[in-house]
Amino acid sequence: MDAFLLSRLQFAANISFHILFPTITITLGWLLLFFKLRFARTRDPKWMELYFYFTKVFALSFSIGVVTGVTMSFQFGTNWPGYMNTVGNIAGPLLAYEVLTAFFLEATFLGIMLYGFRRVPGWFHTLATFLVAGGTTLSAFWILALDSWMQTPAGHVMIDGVAHAESWWHIVMNPSMPYRLVHTLLGSGLTVAFLAAGLLAYRRLKGDDRPAVRTGLRCALFLAVVLGPLQGIVGDQHGLNTRDYQPAKLAAMEALWETTEGAPLALFALPDEDARENHMELAIPKLGSLIITHDPNGKILGLNEFEGLHPPVSPVFWSFRIMVGVGLLMIAVASLGAFYLFRKQELPKWLLRVLLGMTFAGWVGTISGWYVTEIGRQPWLVYGILKTEDAVADLPPAHVGLTLTAYLVTYLVLGLAYVGSLFYLARKAMKEEPQQIPA
Amino acid sequence: MEQLTQGEPLAFIFAFLIGLSMLLYAILDGYDLGVGILSSIVDEAHRDRMIASIGPFWDANETWLVLGVGLLLVAFPAAHGVVLTTLYLPVAVMLLALIFRGVSFDFRRKVAKKKQAAWNRNFFIGSLLVALSQGYMVGRFIIGFQEGLTAQLFACFFGLLVVAGYVLMGACWLILKAEGELQERAVGWARRAIWTMVLGAILSSLTAPFVDTRIYDRMFAFPEITLLLAMPLISIMLTLLMHFILGILPMENDRLAWMPLAISIAIFVLGFLGLVYSFYPYIIPGQLLITDAAAAPESLKIILIGTAVVLPFLIGYTALAYWIFKGKASDLSYD
Repeated sequence: MDAFLLSRLQFAANISFHILFPTITITLGWLLLFFKLRFARTRDPKWMELYFYFTKVFALSFSIGVVTGVTMSFQFGTNWPGYMNTVGNIAGPLLAYEVLTAFFLEATFLGIMLYGFRRVPGWFHTLATFLVAGGTTLSAFWILALDSWMQTPAGHVMIDGVAHAESWWHIVMNPSMPYRLVHTLLGSGLTVAFLAAGLLAYRRLKGDDRPAVRTGLRCALFLAVVLGPLQGIVGDQHGLNTRDYQPAKLAAMEALWETTEGAPLALFALPDEDARENHMELAIPKLGSLIITHDPNGKILGLNEFEGLHPPVSPVFWSFRIMVGVGLLMIAVASLGAFYLFRKQELPKWLLRVLLGMTFAGWVGTISGWYVTEIGRQPWLVYGILKTEDAVADLPPAHVGLTLTAYLVTYLVLGLAYVGSLFYLARKAMKEEPQQIPA
Repeated sequence: MEQLTQGEPLAFIFAFLIGLSMLLYAILDGYDLGVGILSSIVDEAHRDRMIASIGPFWDANETWLVLGVGLLLVAFPAAHGVVLTTLYLPVAVMLLALIFRGVSFDFRRKVAKKKQAAWNRNFFIGSLLVALSQGYMVGRFIIGFQEGLTAQLFACFFGLLVVAGYVLMGACWLILKAEGELQERAVGWARRAIWTMVLGAILSSLTAPFVDTRIYDRMFAFPEITLLLAMPLISIMLTLLMHFILGILPMENDRLAWMPLAISIAIFVLGFLGLVYSFYPYIIPGQLLITDAAAAPESLKIILIGTAVVLPFLIGYTALAYWIFKGKASDLSYD
């Protein structure tokens, strides 16, 4: 294998593993703030029990997120120097603002939030929790502004092959940014809703019946049932944005080879890039156009319009289907859960088992969603400006192979340890007496 | 602001900011990495206390590295690319070690009892490898990335030197934050670390000019040499002062417990200035000048504005965090 492919695999491994943790901490921070505020309002200790329990989950997720994120920032230099050489004038300030406005803020106040409970007044501890949640969200804002700019560049001029900033407003508020930001934040919300529901369902199944667990489950399912349909709407709008600005990506998502009016929606297909056609296609007529153009006879551009400049079809096509499938499953399960809680005040055992099984469903949705958008950007690194193959460092393949292996082993160990610890913490929380909280 | 629109002053401002970030990083993460290295030679109760003393701070400390490297990336993309591709493998070692070390803070307390020993070990090995790899990289950097056995030996020696430096910082931090037996042991660690480090620093200062002739010309030019000689002299005096203070610590009412940390910070600053002097005005020693490598002024300006706005807040809440957790470290818990 050559250094290019290895570097790509390495970056994919880095970002795939990294994103699992921010996607949890972004929403979990706000959920912690919610628990804290509910406690301040009601003085019911169950809210602090939830707060302390999920603080442990937050701290663990946050620390893995931080250290795997540091890796990301170095990768630009170690493996992709062409990236900064070409678009450094745009990417640099956005990354710098993320560090300056978000990283220091969340890191410092996390220390106070975690260990300062008895050292600072209650309102200040709540403020620290707010700043941590705000910091993680601000960090998501900056990095998604940059990622979106790479998808739909705007507000710059090219001088001698190097991008220069012209309007920072247009750079940050580039065409796909609002859609990607909201879509990602909602994805984080759903990930956390199902993570919390899964962990609490696990405790319920193990016989833990205290008020905190019941209330927590209720909150998680409520969050899921609100955010699920909302995500459907935002996802649809994001799709329209992709149609307008990245038609080649959209064609790959649908595995549509020829430009078609009234395009079908393929439920199953085996795209064949050599023959430039699909095998074993199972499709619903007109539905593709209906979804993508909101008109059953609308025109969708096919992949053949972009020959040589479109992404690999199968991974984008399948990632998209997995993402949508997970989303629909989430909506279904959340609705069922809400129904049982509303009508019967109780979740049946089989549904608790389903929730346990879906503890990490958000991760599957998040990863597949990112694969759609990032693989869908190929062969471009920055859409229309810089190709991925032109940015890679000329490194000895053996070196990249070595580091890639080391990263994969590390991620495997950490991933297993993380999942194991979450369930260990759940079992431990069951055995502990609820903490006494000073009023 | 008018002259700032010119590229050159901006380049120097950013070189200064990068240097400042790296120095702050070495001091701040230095003490918590040092504590991590020392955590391997104590029992579980002391280890808990030691890690409790750095728990609220380590994450923000590490962010200075992200900022320093980030600013290098932004302001000097060409230099950033050269440095990080040349140091590809040691950078990877450092990153992996940072990962294992950072997650160990949480895992060591959040896994079943029988697995805790493994995460304690990860914490130690991670801290040690971070220090070693950083020192190795600085060593390679200051002699202009020369190849060959001598250069490699020099870089490895520098790795050990940084380990000693971080252990010194860690021990001095513990003198300030610990009490009782742990504090007494920390005094002993500091005493050994200070002499190891100072002798190592003198040795590396003496050998560097012979490994890299550019440094030789830089060092032994008249009249700079008279000024330059002041630095090792001040360092030696600080070391003797440290030796004396460590001899009388711990004192009643914990007086002067802050002194060793203050002195070791001063030694770090001096050492850092010496390093910078050896390659200034290059951004990559012998290859790339600061003025040759800078990015576009309009991008640097926008960062500078952001920095100017954010920095007072950053300093403010960092100070606040140190004030909230002032005094002796107690056990870490979330409630």
